Formats: sequence, structure tokens, C-alpha cells
Amino acid sequence: MSTETPETHDFNKGRSRTLEKADIFDYAKDPVNKAMTVEEKLKCFTDMVRIRKFEQAALQSYQKGKMGGFLHLYIGQEATAIGTTSVLGDNDHIITAYRDHGHALAVGMEMNECMAELFGKYTGCSKGKGGSMHYFDPEKGFWGGHGIVAGQTPLGAGLAFALKYKGIKGCAICYLGDGAINQGVFHESLNLASLWDIPVIYVIENNGYSMGTSQQRSSAFPEAGLAARANSYKINFDTVHGENLYEVRAKTNIAVQRAYEECRPSVLEIFTYRYYGHSIADANHQRYRTKEEIRHYQENKDPINVWEQILIEEGHLNVDKVKEIDKAAKEEAKAAIKFADESPFPPPQEMLSDVYHSVDNPGTHTNEGEIFFNDQLPF
Amino acid sequence: MAIITYRQALKDALAEEIERDENVFIMGEEVAQYNGAYKVTEGLWKRFGDKRVVDAPISEAGFIGLGIGASFLGLRPVIEMMFFSFVYVAWDQAVNNASTVRYMSGGKVNCPIVIRGPANGGTNVGATHSHTPENMIANFPGLKVVCPATPADVKGLMKSSIRDNDPVFFMESTLLYGNEGEVPEDEDYLIPLGKADIKREGSDITLIAHGGCVLTALKAAEKLKKDNNVDCEVVDLRSIRPLDKATILKSVKKTNRVLLIEENKPFCGIGAQISHMIQREAFDYLDAPVHRISSVDSPAIYSPPIEKIQVPDARLVMREVRNILQIKA
Ligand SMILES: Cc1ncc(C[n+]2csc(CCOP(=O)(O)OP(=O)(O)O)c2C)c(N)n1
Ligand SMILES: [Mg+2]
Repeated sequence: MSTETPETHDFNKGRSRTLEKADIFDYAKDPVNKAMTVEEKLKCFTDMVRIRKFEQAALQSYQKGKMGGFLHLYIGQEATAIGTTSVLGDNDHIITAYRDHGHALAVGMEMNECMAELFGKYTGCSKGKGGSMHYFDPEKGFWGGHGIVAGQTPLGAGLAFALKYKGIKGCAICYLGDGAINQGVFHESLNLASLWDIPVIYVIENNGYSMGTSQQRSSAFPEAGLAARANSYKINFDTVHGENLYEVRAKTNIAVQRAYEECRPSVLEIFTYRYYGHSIADANHQRYRTKEEIRHYQENKDPINVWEQILIEEGHLNVDKVKEIDKAAKEEAKAAIKFADESPFPPPQEMLSDVYHSVDNPGTHTNEGEIFFNDQLPF
Repeated sequence: MAIITYRQALKDALAEEIERDENVFIMGEEVAQYNGAYKVTEGLWKRFGDKRVVDAPISEAGFIGLGIGASFLGLRPVIEMMFFSFVYVAWDQAVNNASTVRYMSGGKVNCPIVIRGPANGGTNVGATHSHTPENMIANFPGLKVVCPATPADVKGLMKSSIRDNDPVFFMESTLLYGNEGEVPEDEDYLIPLGKADIKREGSDITLIAHGGCVLTALKAAEKLKKDNNVDCEVVDLRSIRPLDKATILKSVKKTNRVLLIEENKPFCGIGAQISHMIQREAFDYLDAPVHRISSVDSPAIYSPPIEKIQVPDARLVMREVRNILQIKA
């Protein structure tokens, strides 16, 4: 991993270059990839397909009016969530922003609870309280699901700080977007992470746009790339082709090992692309980017296709097997919709639980007095 | 008078003020080339260009602070919050800089900035995106808070806010943007800050509300007239600070009963302040205790049908009015 100076890094070249086979197989030789079993390779494929099918099903349900609010799709970026989490161990944690369905499924959350959450159902992962942007599963090391841009970035440092504090050998990956890096709190977090040797890994999922704003219009020094900002904080950084799962894994693993062995932070900028608009509400996303651009990514840099080709070439996958995996994922998503549809909404009084631990666990706190101030309740 | 939407009235106010005063400019995320996340600024970038309509990166603390600084030299920034919920990222700029600079400089520095955007729940976007911070902001002396409910009001109040020499937090609602109403076309159509409006006259009870809750109150009032022959007077505060004490007290003294309605959480809400004021200044006129309705005292829930009952609706207003008047439903 480099600490190359901004001047020598050609951002545009890195982003749009079509990967040659040689590049891809270079990373196949990385120890972390060489150690992969066939099952692990197929699981990565299956899980990427599952994310895509889950979201396609969610999109259909959204259009049928089954859910409210926002729906930010991850489709096109699957190799980032799957590749990065696939090198993590049991003591590692992750945290991300509102585009969180991919990360949730990547850590092993079930389609059922995720879909039910979108439907606002009681069986959802947050009992219908959080919605699409606010998934959580601490038991699987997944700390959200955060709606405020970059709000998760100091939290990621905090998770890693806690690991170090407790003497646990582990790390935290904190994902953020190319737009989020312009929030002050991200820079405060980087400085703290470096100053205090915190084993956090910031993964910038650079999909080229923050809503309708391209990186060129939001970054003062776009040629330098975004990861290079880490240089100012003496943090090692690297850029990654997000369609190449081998590369994602190899470079994430370097950062993970750095966290484990040196207790140092890293920044990875992963070039990727979202196929849909910012959210479903962003229907006119072809106003700020061209159809050709979208097609270019879909045809040349689709993370699932690229991985499929690799596995076919390696002899682990064939067309029939792909169809089978596709079908199973589709059916799983369909079943999740049925599950969500048939689940109940939370009862109205649920509004007032999960606000305070002391209220939900009477007798465990030294608290007295009023804590809620409802003159009347609507139910 | 033309019939236009709340969104259009707001846009007209912005456009007219940009044309009238070269110091007025708009800044925010996606306000220019994308035409605004909620299309309030649609067409303005095309019409006025990069200097007057500025797309900013996601750096609220940076560009709100920048706006405050620029206002010291006489610029009149209108800063869009895509959601008011994002203002907390810039909380220090808003409350430590905007609210205190005039005071701490002994009156030498003014801060004529407008920070505007939607502040409402009820749209299933979850707890992080559904804040209604008007009570919190009004808690800071030095800041002004405006919450218009109708197309005409949003225009007249925006124009006054831009011309105001103090920092104004101007809170809209995504649920109001599409509403239509008559709006005066006069380029100097100004509604003073601190002037409430009686949206419906009545003699039995005073309903006091601001923002979207004004429409909820009006809906309930119509239904109560029909169902129970109750005449509600609906007072639309329009601005929270300054607050039109005179209009509130006059109405209370006329009807002798009050129900305060707001989408805020109850603790230290707007209603708490007004309720105190009423009991202190019109105690002898009250025939019943002052009642308040607010959102249920918990973070905004996502689940669509449950969030619907978390924020006040006409049904709840009617129930409470019948309670106060001791009418059986
Ligand atoms: C503090 C704050 N400001 C603005 C927003 C509105 N917003 C949500 S996502 C987004 C764009 C973020 O883009 P990026 O960081 O690139 O992530 P991506 O959506 O591409 O995954 C904006 C402006 C927000 N949620 N929080
Ligand atoms: Mg982005």
C-alpha cells in the first residue's frame, strides 16, 4: 500500500480504466485469495447475487407502495460489501451509511428481517422503527445503518478504539461515500485515528456521485483522488477497483493486518458505481450522468459478472450453476416479500419502548421521576 | 392574485429577492444544477447563474458558517438545508456564531442570514430525518424562527426574512410544498415576522398552531362544526420568535378555551411556552385548563402506519377539543 503523493496519482485513469485479465489474476495470487476455498469463492458469488435479488425485489415492492420513505439501492457496488467483509474475523466490526442493505446481507443478516424492516413490520430487524437507512445487527458486528452523511465516521473510530481499549485484536471498517468525505467530522475522525493509533479502516465507496453532484464538482482536488486526503493525517491509503473482488479482498486484508499488527488506521478508496438513482426518488438521474456511462459500467465493470467470469475460468462455476444460484436468490427474495407482507405492524405502544434502557428494564436503574411527557396518547 | 403552490410561492419570493438585491444568493446541496432535492429552487440556477445559486458539497458546518461570515460584510445568504434535520451538523455555527455575534460585538456586527428547508415528520424517513427543531432554535436569543403554513404566507414571510437583519431559521414542510393557494403578486408583498394570522374565526375555543399543524387544526375545525356545531378559532402563529402575543391573548380572551397543537415533542415545546404565557396573562379568562397536543414523546418511528399516529392529526385534535368542551363523541 502506498502513500503516494497526490501529484503522482492519476485519479481519472484509475477510475475508468477497464481491467485487463492480467490485473485480475495478479490479485488472485495474493495470499488471502490463494487461501480461499472453492466454497468461499462460491459463497462470495452467491451473496453478491443475493444482494442484487433482494434489492430488485425491494424495488418492485416499493413501486407497489409497500413501503415509505427512501430506498437507496446498492446494486452495482456488491463486491465492496462482500469483498471487504469476507476477510474479516470474529472480532471485527463494521458500520456504514444509509445505503446499507448490501452490508447487512454481507454480515449474514436474513433477507426476511431486512425486507420486513422496509415494510415497517414488527418482524423487521429494528422492529420497523428504523427503516431502510437504519439497519442494525450488533451480534453480527454490524452497527448500522446511519442516515446523516458521515455521522458514522467517528463511531467507526469509536468501535475500533473500544477494541484496542479492551485489548481485543480486531478492527472496525467504516464505510462512507465520496460525498461524505467533505464533512468536517470525517477529518476530525482521521486525525484522531492516526494520533491515537486506532485500528479503524475507512472504506470510501466512490461511486462517482453524491446525489447529483459528481466528485469533480464536490472535491477541490479531484485529480488527487479522495483516499489521498489520508496523507495529511499520516494514514496509509490505497485505491481499489471495486469490480474486482480479488483486489478488494487483497487490499482490505492489508489494511486489516495493519490494524491487527500495528494498530494503525487505513483509508481505502474503492471505485464503484451505482446503477440506480441516489434513491428511488431520484428518478431523473440520467440528467447528471449519461446512459452510456451507466451502460459502460454495467457492461464492463459489473462486480457480479466479473466474479462470475473469474470463477468460470477457474472452473468453479458454469452457466447452469449460475442459473441455479440466481433462481435460489430470487426465490429467497420472493419468500422474504411474502414474509414481510404477512407480518404485523408494530403495535402503537411500541412507539414508547426502546427509547430508554431504564424504562424497558424496570428496577435496574437508580432513576426516579417522569421521563415521558405525553399529556395524552393517540392510541 | 394567482393560484400557485407553496413551492412556487417560495421560489417566486427567492427569485424576486435575488433580482431586487444583488447581495442575495442561495447556497446549499443540490440547489443549482439538480434544481433542489425538493425542487424549491428549480430553474433558478439557469436563470441567475453560478454566482447567485451555488451548489455546495456536503459540508453544512462549512457553508452555514461561511454564510454567517459573508453576512457580516452585508451579503444576504439564503442557505438551503435539504432537511432541517441536517442543521445539527452545523449546530455550533448556528447557535454559537449566528445567535451571539451581534451581542458579543456590542451591536457592531449583524448577521442577516436565512437558513431554510423542510422540518417535518410524517414522511417515513426515520428518526434522523424527521426533526422539528423550531423550539430548540427559538430557545436561543438572537435567532428568529418562522414556520409558514400557506403559499401566501411562505412568500410574504420569506421576503421579509431575507430583508431582515437578524438570522432567520425558516422552516417549511415537504408535505406542504404541493399545496395550492392564492398568492399576491406584488413584489413588495411582505408579511411582518411576529404577526399571527386568524385562519378561521370562532367563538368556542382557540386552536393555536404553526406550520403543517395549522392545516390539521383547520380540518378538525370544519369537522367539529359539522359534527358538534363547535366554532373553533384557528390562530396560525406563522412566526415563533418573534411571537404575536397580542393576537394569542385576544383570541383566548374571546373564546376562553385553548388547545395548542404542534408537531414538536412535548418537552419544552412551543406549546409549553405559550401555555405559560396564557396562564400568566389571561388566567381569569380561562374556563378550562390549557391543553396541548404534540407528537408522541419518542423518536420518529419509521413504520408508515404507526408514524401516522405518532404525529398529531385532525382526529386527535377533535378528540381533545371534545374533551375540553366536555362533549361526548
Ligand atoms: C448531514 C447530511 N447532509 C445531507 C444529507 C442528504 N444526503 C443524503 S445522501 C447524500 C449524498 C451522499 O453521497 P455519497 O457520500 O457519495 O454516498 P452515496 O449516496 O453515493 O452512497 C446527501 C446529500 C444527509 N443525509 N446528511
Ligand atoms: Mg457517492
